[in-house]
Amino acid sequence: MTGARRISLPALAGITAGLFALAIALIFYVAPVDADQGLSQKIFYFHVPIALTSYACFGWGAWKALLHLWKRTPGADLESYVAIHLGVIFGMLTLITGSIWARISWGVWWVWSDDQLVLFLILFLFYCAYFMLRYSVEPGLQRENMSAVYALFGVVLIPISFLAIRISRSIIHPEVFTRHGPQMTHTQFLTFCVSWLAMLFLFATLYGIELAGKRLDSQLRELRELLA
Amino acid sequence: MTPSEKYTAAAYLVVFVGVLAYVLIISSKLQRLQRQVAQIVEELRERIPELDEREREREREREPELERG
Repeated sequence: MTGARRISLPALAGITAGLFALAIALIFYVAPVDADQGLSQKIFYFHVPIALTSYACFGWGAWKALLHLWKRTPGADLESYVAIHLGVIFGMLTLITGSIWARISWGVWWVWSDDQLVLFLILFLFYCAYFMLRYSVEPGLQRENMSAVYALFGVVLIPISFLAIRISRSIIHPEVFTRHGPQMTHTQFLTFCVSWLAMLFLFATLYGIELAGKRLDSQLRELRELLA
Repeated sequence: MTPSEKYTAAAYLVVFVGVLAYVLIISSKLQRLQRQVAQIVEELRERIPELDEREREREREREPELERG
């Protein structure tokens, strides 16, 4: 991530912590309590940004996979892997927070008839299988190419999952962002934007940390081979 | 605490616990890497006198040749 390279990791972590503090303050002290759903509507400020960040992770992973296949950019495969790994973590958090919100709002943990939920689960499981494929092949160019192709296939599911809410016109899963703009007050929209920015910065921080660890690991392995 | 408050707190807690667990896993991996670096440094320290000895032996072998020359 070019941004992550420009900003040092401690600075990135500091910005993330600051944005989270601001987001929490806005969610619980500034954003109004929803007249219909009450306090549970505040789950929206974490649940939706986490879901959008997981799409961003998968999209970033696919972009890096494309760079690996197209330009053979050194390290693009590892970057793609780390982005997808984080995407799966954000995806899992989306499913858990969504289930908790569903339990309080709809009275059930899961609704199989809702296209948005099922398509997100498919996307999540698709990327979970990415790791099974990756670790079933010996390390090398073949594994890198197969992983990259798989990551690129998965990106097709992102717009389908994102647009499912508009295609299905579900009554259960309300459409918040319409053609006429966001269906919320200015304060609610500002809170949502800050929360999303905090999540994106969290992704950038974790991406930088995990990537640094993975690079160090591979360099150590090389050093061990040289010493052997 | 109302059920709405409980579920909202649970949702936020899940996110923070999830991120914390991730940070803990990464920090344990970094500790493992630190241990590996320390091992490599130790190995190199053990090998350096060995290498120095080999270098001295080579020099000793070269000395008579130089004297003859």
